[in-house]
Amino acid sequence: MSRASRIAFFPRASPLHAARASIAAAYGCVLALAALITPDPVLLGALLVSVLAAAFGAGVGREISRAARTAALPIILLTVLVNVLVSREGLTVFARLGDWGVLGQVNLTVEAVVFGLVLALRLMVVTLSCLLVVCAANPDELLLAFRRISPRSALTATLTTRLIPVLGADARRLAEAQRCRPDGGARGARGRMAILKATVAGALDRSLDVAAVLEMRGYGTARPARGSRAPLSRHDVAFASSSVAVLLITVYASVAGLGSFSPYPLVSMSVTPALLVAAALLVLVALAPFCDRKGIER
Amino acid sequence: MSVLRFDHVSYAYPAVQRDAISDVSLAIEPGEFCVVAGLSGSGKSTLLRAAAGLVPHFHGGRFAGTVTVGGLDTREHGPAEAGEVAGTVLQDPETQVIMTTVRAELSLALENRGQAGASVARAVEETSLSLGIAHLLDRATAELSGGELQRVALASALVCRPSLVLLDEPTSQLDPVAGDELIWQLRRLNQESDTAVLLIEHRLERCLAAADRVIALSEGRVVCDRDPRGFLEWAAESAPGLATPGARMFARAGLRPPPTGVKQARAALRGAGLLHETRDPAENPPVVADTRSRPRPLAAMRRRSRVQQPALALKGVWHEITRGPTVLRSVDLSIQAGERVVLMGRNGAGKSTLLRHAAGLLQPTRGSVQSSGRVALLLQNPGDYFLHERADQEVSEDALRMVGLAGLGARNPRDLSGGQRQRLALAIVLGGSEPASVLALDEPTRGMDTASKRRLARWLRARAGEGAAVVLATHDAEFAAEFADRAVLLADGRVIADGPIEQVLAGGRYFATETARILDGARGVLRPEQGADLLLARSAGEQYAAPQGVRS
Repeated sequence: MSRASRIAFFPRASPLHAARASIAAAYGCVLALAALITPDPVLLGALLVSVLAAAFGAGVGREISRAARTAALPIILLTVLVNVLVSREGLTVFARLGDWGVLGQVNLTVEAVVFGLVLALRLMVVTLSCLLVVCAANPDELLLAFRRISPRSALTATLTTRLIPVLGADARRLAEAQRCRPDGGARGARGRMAILKATVAGALDRSLDVAAVLEMRGYGTARPARGSRAPLSRHDVAFASSSVAVLLITVYASVAGLGSFSPYPLVSMSVTPALLVAAALLVLVALAPFCDRKGIER
Repeated sequence: MSVLRFDHVSYAYPAVQRDAISDVSLAIEPGEFCVVAGLSGSGKSTLLRAAAGLVPHFHGGRFAGTVTVGGLDTREHGPAEAGEVAGTVLQDPETQVIMTTVRAELSLALENRGQAGASVARAVEETSLSLGIAHLLDRATAELSGGELQRVALASALVCRPSLVLLDEPTSQLDPVAGDELIWQLRRLNQESDTAVLLIEHRLERCLAAADRVIALSEGRVVCDRDPRGFLEWAAESAPGLATPGARMFARAGLRPPPTGVKQARAALRGAGLLHETRDPAENPPVVADTRSRPRPLAAMRRRSRVQQPALALKGVWHEITRGPTVLRSVDLSIQAGERVVLMGRNGAGKSTLLRHAAGLLQPTRGSVQSSGRVALLLQNPGDYFLHERADQEVSEDALRMVGLAGLGARNPRDLSGGQRQRLALAIVLGGSEPASVLALDEPTRGMDTASKRRLARWLRARAGEGAAVVLATHDAEFAAEFADRAVLLADGRVIADGPIEQVLAGGRYFATETARILDGARGVLRPEQGADLLLARSAGEQYAAPQGVRS
């Protein structure tokens, strides 16, 4: 499988990759948190733009936008559908579907559709921000940081993160070997079960080998790891500052009521100049660290 | 003080009666380079695992005797503590690399041992520089080739500056170039830092020249512990299956002492006046470099190709991965029924992809693949074919008999030996109502000892004799010479040489047998028996009849 098709961390020459893993992860998490804080569609839109642009700035735009394309439609459809079916608060009915048993009388309203779309937008920002963390924060560094808190849990996490791709590759190999059988191998659900069983059996052997290697590398001794006190790089400072600024702008916009959005009972939304400035500022501060391309090559 | 010491060590795996190693006593001194030889199942890997402290701590079982590693008794100190004295590299590089980046992988062992950040950084830097992998430090481990992964595994074992390195067939999954590089890196490490090396290896011709000492095991016991030359003399008498091709050639030609490598062999032949160093065009056949203009020295083959449809034909096959590399570039290849063909080339040259196209597992992005019947493909891991818990649930008793596994139907396929698993997988792919017209195998000899390879070569020749075209990808030039009548050399997805095996392998440096390298490929001899005949003819002043397929 090519690198471009995988949602996984690969070292790249980008400002976000040049920042330490904890700060890169915090940056992605702040974008997700901001989406959870603000209900305003304008700010959510600004956050979506920020996440996508940040992904391209970090060199993982293709992976993230592919994931967005793949995930967007199901997320939007599902969220809108569920909201439309369960919401009882909208007034502008555009379809009456009658009595649906447990759901009772189902009336589809414009307000429920709009709120469903805003919810879907929020979910998209959260999902893509998490994917940005996966692609840009070095998991080894994160695990190392986690080990200082809980060595045993970190061991489990290390084994799991290592074994998941290995087992995925095993399953692909097994499926390929089945295609080499003269009868084409067991097909359908039975075939998949057989491959799953064989993969699990192989996983035990694999786990033993990986665990043996870990043991020989001294994981069992679990002596406290002494972290390196590396000085903060320009990218560490930039992304940490950016994260704080994004959070402050979002909180301020929400608390100060720069804009208002209320889906029920009728959709009402006010877009003030202050809100537009806040949205533009949010995009600018989120993306500013990507302008600094110095020292990004490792 | 010995860096590793075994005192009357016996060990049996859990729920197994027979000892895997039995009453083993030996000592490895600082700075020694020891090779461990033996057939499959002789206890080599168990010996290594005992030295690493994995036996008995990790595997359990019945253990007697004492193993001390750098003065640490492994009964009291586990693999983690033994790991500070002895770095270990196992066979499969995939399962030895744990972290996401090479830098993190190299740091892991040191961080586990609580070393300070600066000290970790320095050790990682120095180890990567000494092994020539500094450029890989920030690469993702998932993107590394097999050879690179194995070098990273070696670096991870060396980063704690161990006084002993234990290696279990580290070259078995590498191409000849990467395998040789790894062995010479070990030799350099051994000479420059006095690190003792204990290396398990099946292809002894690859490492004996670098070794100080060879320990041979048979049925869990040490049966020989001598210097390489002494070992080869012992092997000639007691274990011919362990003798290197060069030693076999010398023994057959009545020359003494056996050579431990190409340089020593050539010096001996030069001294005896048996090495013709002027390159005589009559003695050195040209390597054919173009498929389409390939001369066909075998007249029968040429006649047959005019009248018969090929068993397998690839015409201008390209394999281009979307947003990825081009793996095959306009490959033309035609294989007749009954032909025995080897595909050779570096890792990533396109051999496995070509076989997958032949079997229809992949579709060419351009070009076409045609076959006269079913193509049975055996992939690299025979275990991937097994879905059941009994061999006779995988195939019929008749099929088991066909591959020499009669009576083993009740065994779990995963409990069979490497060679037996291979044959069971062959029985699976060869089964079905339609007989296979092409049998394709991808790296079938990985981790096999010489005896098993010979059995496999015989079996495959018999299938070709029955009319099947047999094509296999291998890095093993000795096996290729034993089995094939034609070799196709691939590089960067292109066919760069295609011709009778005597022409392609005799003229090479890496893709050549030891016999061919000793004799400069003279007269296209590849196998020790042919080499000995040539030497006997030279010493008698007679004309040597070149093997079939070589133009005089």
